[in-house]
Amino acid sequence: MTAAPVRVDGVGLRFGRRVLWEGLTFDLGASEFLAVLGPNGTGKTSLIRMIMGLLQPAGGVVEVNGRPPVQARSGIGYIPQHRAFDRDLPLRGRDLVRLGLDGQRWGIGGAGRKLDERVDRALREVGAAAYADQPVGRLSGGEQQRLRIAQALVSDPGLLLADEPLLSLDLASQQMVTSLLDARRRSAGTPVVFVTHDVNPVLSMVDRVLYLAPGDWAIGSPREVLTSETLSRLYGTPVDVLEVRGRIVVVGTPDDHGAHHDDEPA
Amino acid sequence: MYTDLLGQQFVHNALMAGAVVGLVSGAIGFFVVTRGASFAVHAMSELGFTGAAGALWLGLSPVVGLVGGSLITGLALGLLSLRGRERDSAIGSVLAFGLGVGVLFLSLYQGYATEATNLLFGSVVAVSRPQLAGLAAVSLLVMAGIAACYRPLLFSSVDPDVAEARGVPLRALSVITYLLLALTTAEAVQVVGVLLVLTLVITPAAAAQRLAVNPATSIVLAMLIAVAATEGGILISLEWGPSSFWISALSFAVYLAARAAGWGRLRMPA
Repeated sequence: MTAAPVRVDGVGLRFGRRVLWEGLTFDLGASEFLAVLGPNGTGKTSLIRMIMGLLQPAGGVVEVNGRPPVQARSGIGYIPQHRAFDRDLPLRGRDLVRLGLDGQRWGIGGAGRKLDERVDRALREVGAAAYADQPVGRLSGGEQQRLRIAQALVSDPGLLLADEPLLSLDLASQQMVTSLLDARRRSAGTPVVFVTHDVNPVLSMVDRVLYLAPGDWAIGSPREVLTSETLSRLYGTPVDVLEVRGRIVVVGTPDDHGAHHDDEPA
Repeated sequence: MYTDLLGQQFVHNALMAGAVVGLVSGAIGFFVVTRGASFAVHAMSELGFTGAAGALWLGLSPVVGLVGGSLITGLALGLLSLRGRERDSAIGSVLAFGLGVGVLFLSLYQGYATEATNLLFGSVVAVSRPQLAGLAAVSLLVMAGIAACYRPLLFSSVDPDVAEARGVPLRALSVITYLLLALTTAEAVQVVGVLLVLTLVITPAAAAQRLAVNPATSIVLAMLIAVAATEGGILISLEWGPSSFWISALSFAVYLAARAAGWGRLRMPA
């Protein structure tokens, strides 16, 4: 039996004396799509950083393909939040994607035909070939995020981690991002961990939801987790989960101001 | 008259020094500009001045103090890895005090004030053969450092979040960048002086960013602009005026031209 792409066993997150969660346990299976939900400041980004080996858990074990995360980094594709590049940054789309392939290696790196071909293939896969030679800072948010996906896919990763990749994108670009990730996991069996504050753009493709609430967590299918009972238990206060025209709306959480915050403390 | 000057040894030395320093300044400048660390360059050159003034007072070679001052500043900045506003204000505060100490050292120093003036405004025509050899050796070291770290250096400069995720050691690269920058700064001071280091490290790289769309072209262009400005400035100064003025004037002229050209490019539809 091969090791799970991600194994999280009894993991805790603590900042100083503040405990965010304890005993977090789940396995991610091949080609599984896991959405990580929850309000700001509950450690969604920290979980991603643990899986990448950039943050030590307070107790417990995190493994990627049966190995410590630090040793498994080369097999992870990471898609960050959209953050605009400077308009005059001398970096083309294909340069950005190329960095995802060998940017971590020392030295200048020669002009390898094989590497160029892999970059071209990744650019075509996400439909970004047309503007691959433009400076990234002059592209739209959606175009930049397409390049981000190509950058994550070009190394042929066995695991995709996306941290709020839809933030500040228009609806069409959001759909493009989610469908590209969905296509990848269907064609190559690459599991996806997808951090988001809004489950609706990915609801049709989500296998399981990990909901991180202040001080507690729950994992299961969307039908199990996104219910009034489960969320009321997590928040310790009455929370209503409504289904409106196929969209899930959560009402009554303590941070429910009807507005979303763009950033979250690590 | 002018052709006689061109045959002089000191002119040859100056031109060689200009070429050597221009090449490294342009190359490291690319990374400084993409990291938004121009102010750090200023801090290193001015604290290099403090080191040199201290060395003069103690009767040591000012170059040793210069390199020492820049390196210590670079190491501190690299280890702190500050970002944004915090870095800005921290550098400003340390820089101000460091300069004050430099003034104290100078007042304690009883020798010729020419040494101090040379540090502040540069004296490329006074570069000797042994100094030239030293400049060339340090330049070679910096260029080798840039080449050895090129890909992760670029990655961490333009895209730090993903670079970190891919295992690029951000802090180590920050230290390496600032140390290479400190060496470059200590070199550039000897050509254009403390107050004009930015004209070799920042201006050419900033101009090149407006003209080139990929990193390699941008770096080569910055190197060429820095060398052209230095050599041009030295040659014009043989006729009239201080070389540091002409170097900064030429460098700035290229920057303005690049902005004008880049403005046209940015206005084009994507």
